Amino acid sequence: MATKTTKVKKEESVVLNNYESVIIFTPVLSEEQLKDAVAKYRKLITENGGELIHEENWGLTKLAYPIQKKSTGFYHIYEYKAPASFVSTFELAFRRDERIMRFLSTVLDKHSIQYNVRKRNGEFNQGKNTTKQQEAKK
Amino acid sequence: MAKPQKKYTGSSVFNTTPDAAQRKKYCRFKKNGIKYIDYKDANFLLKFVNDQGKILPRRLTGTSLKFQRKISQAVKRARHIAVLPFTGDMIK
Repeated sequence: MATKTTKVKKEESVVLNNYESVIIFTPVLSEEQLKDAVAKYRKLITENGGELIHEENWGLTKLAYPIQKKSTGFYHIYEYKAPASFVSTFELAFRRDERIMRFLSTVLDKHSIQYNVRKRNGEFNQGKNTTKQQEAKK
Repeated sequence: MAKPQKKYTGSSVFNTTPDAAQRKKYCRFKKNGIKYIDYKDANFLLKFVNDQGKILPRRLTGTSLKFQRKISQAVKRARHIAVLPFTGDMIK
């Protein structure tokens, strides 16, 4: 996976960076509304010269503190490659959307890309749990 | 000189008890080869905050400066997306 990304960068004139956006939707949405909203931003990424790498949905999750007087929210995570100018337009769309309570976009460096790939493959969780257990034993 | 460390004894993961204090502290990230700290992993980040949700100092956790910076960044991001609380009593 990592070798592929470097190849793409060299071939294209526009440099694509790796980003990750976490969005919290209001819990008021119905399942269909949520699907629509998620599809809308998926489309936005691909239309603006980006490419979606991975998506993750946590479903209805409890928040650590209330946001807009709501104690739960739908978490959705996009991992994508896009030109740098895209992030501002993406975030502008988030701000205009009343369905979104909170969002966070971060750049991914080589370690985090690797981490995400390993996490997706599922090899990661087992290893991590064992280290946690080892630490607990000490 | 013995430091009064009663305030942080809530986290049993770290060597804060008097008998374990003599043991050499080490950076768990360097030792285990962890290079990226995920801000979405609340259970992992909970090890680096105290009961009130404050970030634990390096002198207690033994983390190297490089990774302490990454921890603080990750904890702050986690707070923003409501994965960790900003404040709280007995959050563990």
